[in-house]
Amino acid sequence: MQLACWSAPGGSEELVVRMGPTDASVRVLVLPAWFDEANKTRHFTIEMMRELALLGVASDLPDLPGCNESLARLEEQSLASWRAAAASAADELGSTHVLAIRASVAIAPKTPGWAYAPVAGKSVLRSLLRVRVMASREAVRAETSEDLLAAGRSEGLALAGYRLGSALVADLADHADTASPLGEIAQAALGGPGLWLRAEPDHDAAQAKALAALIAQGLQP
Amino acid sequence: MTAIHNDHAETDLILRGVLRDVLGLRAEQVDAFSHETGLFGHLPELDSMAVVSLLTEIEDRLDIVLEDDEIDGDLLETYGALLSFVIAKRSDG
Repeated sequence: MQLACWSAPGGSEELVVRMGPTDASVRVLVLPAWFDEANKTRHFTIEMMRELALLGVASDLPDLPGCNESLARLEEQSLASWRAAAASAADELGSTHVLAIRASVAIAPKTPGWAYAPVAGKSVLRSLLRVRVMASREAVRAETSEDLLAAGRSEGLALAGYRLGSALVADLADHADTASPLGEIAQAALGGPGLWLRAEPDHDAAQAKALAALIAQGLQP
Repeated sequence: MTAIHNDHAETDLILRGVLRDVLGLRAEQVDAFSHETGLFGHLPELDSMAVVSLLTEIEDRLDIVLEDDEIDGDLLETYGALLSFVIAKRSDG
């Protein structure tokens, strides 16, 4: 495992976790799940990359600007900035394939590859809004998803501890379609429920192995 | 009549699957749920964070949208209440 840097188009230096043979002719760019789901799937994602390395496949997991260790401001991000960042990561890291996890299907570069359990930005946003609405309800504060969304589209919004700018709020709300040129790997193919559903970050070695095997199999000529 | 019945059976199956996956319950426990089985306040796994995951997953797997004002204590009181609500919601769409 190697920790390296790459430069996002916004000018920020971002970290990337690189695994597998350094001279590989095939490199898979792994685009992480977002927000809360990113925490819950981080261990699984890294272990899946380790499994890929054991199968001789190199992979890279970059931080999206504004996420994880990134020093860029999340508030300034949008689907367009993340798309540009993913394309530039693919370019700098020499990615030949992409594995877009969950909502990252929305920002995958034009590289062949897979979308694992794709989810629309709209669903991700709805879930974040619901956390906020339910918390307000417990505090006997009247907030509705609809009002929050309207305010978020113009001024941005703090949801579940994430400070989203108005551009990202609007982009997420409008992203309803998970269709992509990528091959879809459904959760059912991994033989267990998705790790983002767990209450706490967790791991499932069998699922990590299963996903790595599907990728390696897909790479066979 | 049979078609309607099959639809309900499918919704029932999907809903049990969501509860199993989101709450990490054993399949046997979820299979044994009756209409009267209590959910919120009865299943320790179903805390307020799990409610959010549960509702989002129900929306995704059953292709329905749940509005804020439809989500209250009654909705998650029993398995039967949740199932009837989801069936009604599916036939609307």
